[in-house]
Amino acid sequence: MNITVAVESGEALPSASEAGPAPKRIVVAYGFWIFLLSDIVMFSALFAAYAVLQHASAGGPTGAQLFNQSRVAIETACLLASSYTCGLMSLAVNSRRRFATYLGALLTFVLGVAFLSLEIREFADMIAQGAGPQRSAFLSAFFALVGCHGLHVTAGLVWLVVMMGQVASKGFRPAVQRRLQCFSLFWHALDIVWVGLFTVVYLMGVTQ
Amino acid sequence: MTEARFDRAPGDQSIATKQQAASSGILVYSIGLLLAAILTAISFWVANTTLLWGPGVALGLAVLAIAQMGVHLVFFLHITTGPDNTNNVLALAFGVLIVLLVVAGSLVIMANLNGSMMPADMMDMQMHY
Repeated sequence: MNITVAVESGEALPSASEAGPAPKRIVVAYGFWIFLLSDIVMFSALFAAYAVLQHASAGGPTGAQLFNQSRVAIETACLLASSYTCGLMSLAVNSRRRFATYLGALLTFVLGVAFLSLEIREFADMIAQGAGPQRSAFLSAFFALVGCHGLHVTAGLVWLVVMMGQVASKGFRPAVQRRLQCFSLFWHALDIVWVGLFTVVYLMGVTQ
Repeated sequence: MTEARFDRAPGDQSIATKQQAASSGILVYSIGLLLAAILTAISFWVANTTLLWGPGVALGLAVLAIAQMGVHLVFFLHITTGPDNTNNVLALAFGVLIVLLVVAGSLVIMANLNGSMMPADMMDMQMHY
């Protein structure tokens, strides 16, 4: 974090040991990056549990019978598009364009809600069919893994609403910008987790 | 310009991209979206086609997923190999190492345990006699 600081033009650059601390924006984002990686490590434990218990359906329904691929495709499209609009929002934040920020946040929020409502409907359908988390080890692992991702998305949506409130009330002050930067990192990381999730759970579950 | 001396925060675009017009930032995200959409479409096609050799499908899906994660990291999170990004990449590498250990370790150990379990029919015989 503390490589040399550029001094006034014309002077030689000081060595790394003489450099001051990095700007807060970089420190905060780096700390949040570490958190995200630890979050992904937690997801990896749930992935491992799912991969081990994938075939332990205890005579109950298997993934190939339960999963609806077209719904998963729509969910994936929603999350990918919301990651894109989140990226556009962070560009708008960096150039302090208020309207574009609100627009990007609104699109991100709507796409996130669409993803979440599809997932909740999927869970409700499965539980109505008697394929709830208590049916088999496979379904317990499924609900734990996909449900944990869904909870992260829910938390992200709440965070987004709070951030828009802060932009409205406080404007683009540095603290708000740092929080928005962390939010967009969080949202992109959730999309990365979803890539692993739809591949391992839905696509591999259907082909086997 | 002074910022160039510091490491880059994860999620920040390079100084060169920042200094260009805002459209180039949008371009980076759009390229990422396009590549990710293509990879997702291929994944869904691979999972549903009968043209491919069955046992290879899972491996192909894993490769496509890893490629798509790479696309997300580069185009959405702006993780690069530049010298200002070393800390981010090192943290990522450590995270990937732990993830691999947890997932592959669990799978290997549990497969091993399953393999050394008594087969179900032998268990039945023991219970009957």
